[in-house]
Amino acid sequence: MRGLRWRKFKDRLALGLIIALALLPALPLFHILYGIFREGLSALSWKFFTCLPKPPGETGGGVGNAIVGTVMLSLLASFLAVPIGILCGIYLSEYARGKFGEVVRVAADVLQGVPSIVLGIVAYLWVVKPMGHFSALSGAVALALMMLPVIVRSTEEILKLIPETLREASLALGVNYWRTVIKVLLPTGLVGISTGVLVALARIMGETAPLLFTAFGNPFWNLNPLQPVEALPLTVFKYAISPYPEWIRQAWGASVILTLMVLGLNLFSRFLARRLGGNAP
Amino acid sequence: MRPKAIVEPREPPIFDIRHLWAYYGEKPAVRDVTLKIPEKKVTAIMGPSGCGKTTFIRCLNRLHELSPGARAEGEIYLRGENILDLDPVLVRRRVGMVFQKPNPFPTMTVYDNVLAGYKLLGIRLPREEADRLVEEALRQAALWEEVKDSLHKRGTYLSGGQQQRLCIARALAVKPEVLLMDEPTSALDPKSTAKIEELVVELKRSVTIVIVTHNIAQAGRVSDYTAFFYLGELVEFGPTSEVFTVPRDPRTEDFLKGKFG
Repeated sequence: MRGLRWRKFKDRLALGLIIALALLPALPLFHILYGIFREGLSALSWKFFTCLPKPPGETGGGVGNAIVGTVMLSLLASFLAVPIGILCGIYLSEYARGKFGEVVRVAADVLQGVPSIVLGIVAYLWVVKPMGHFSALSGAVALALMMLPVIVRSTEEILKLIPETLREASLALGVNYWRTVIKVLLPTGLVGISTGVLVALARIMGETAPLLFTAFGNPFWNLNPLQPVEALPLTVFKYAISPYPEWIRQAWGASVILTLMVLGLNLFSRFLARRLGGNAP
Repeated sequence: MRPKAIVEPREPPIFDIRHLWAYYGEKPAVRDVTLKIPEKKVTAIMGPSGCGKTTFIRCLNRLHELSPGARAEGEIYLRGENILDLDPVLVRRRVGMVFQKPNPFPTMTVYDNVLAGYKLLGIRLPREEADRLVEEALRQAALWEEVKDSLHKRGTYLSGGQQQRLCIARALAVKPEVLLMDEPTSALDPKSTAKIEELVVELKRSVTIVIVTHNIAQAGRVSDYTAFFYLGELVEFGPTSEVFTVPRDPRTEDFLKGKFG
């Protein structure tokens, strides 16, 4: 019976190994969260959220302008990417037959793989150069380019999941295809499509590279999309490579805020996705 | 050349179908069908799986052509107008359909589902007229008593049989001239099936019904006329009482005896 015991031992060994390896990816995440909170929590205060940065050498000051800027950039980017992305997803799911649809689909996948700094350069060429100066708008264009493929493909996948019989139910009532898409398919897929948008948003919120030579950064309050704007990742980048201990402390603080925002979005989109699983069409 | 086993209905026809061919790509699924469907009667379309019966009725509301590569040739006269020349959207307003699986709109309430034929087209009805239409359609579909207190719940909360009757109410609410039913009970339990069958018999007073079924007994119970399809061809058509008792074509007889199907 030695063989049996040996086999059982091997089985348990493999199981242990698998559990250990499964824990491995979770480890860095918790370590990162732990590190950020340990270093950054001390920087957080009411003023940190609401004030403008102070010049180097002075203590205090906050990242209020960067929080506002990040929210503005996210909204502007969504404003650009959501309508185009959803329409494109509708096209791929409902209308694309043959080669052209395949080309669009591959293009979306390739766009998803383009390094984010390259998208920053593209936005620089498209928006910054013709305008002659940096702006929130150019940053939003770069971020929208990153959101677009995620929204396109998730919208397409969600619409394809909707059973054919639902389309037929609408068409059989004498409703034309476009109205069927708008009035039946989009409402039915709304939760799924929103989840895709949130995932895209969470992806771009923490991006630094596309903003370096587009949104550029701005130490003052700014709500004008045609002017440069601060953003949390830019603040973290700038502060973290500075020589001033106060700034470095604040870089950790800004990281906490940014991480919480992205994490919150991720968890919320997961919550939506679970609801979708609950009453899928 | 018309096969002998096809009997002209005594009643005036609402559909006059001549030499209908329906294809998927190059493959014909319906072959040269010529048939008159009598008004305000129940006509059952039966036959073994894959005989083209579903394709046939999907031609009658121009739904067939939505499948990729599908097309139909021939003439289908609805009260004298060839529907193959009409705008499919207009045809579908006049010829309603109920599907194999109940398919209420999951985002809509019971009330809105009944009115979907108006709401989806952006037609606004005055409140009283909408209420009246909903009640009338739900009563016609024998669902009113069961749902009158939960009109504003989601349609998908109903049971399968109730959902199917909701779909019938939805089709009736736009006042179609013909109601096509594509195996409407194949996804339902026996009790719900019996209810739908009763309903079909009841409904023929107000609307012409064409019902596809591969359940022979069901065709016998609900229909006035029966068409038997085999391999895409119309083999036999006549009053149900005759087709079931004295079938003229040996293939019909074999099918009724359960030799294939």
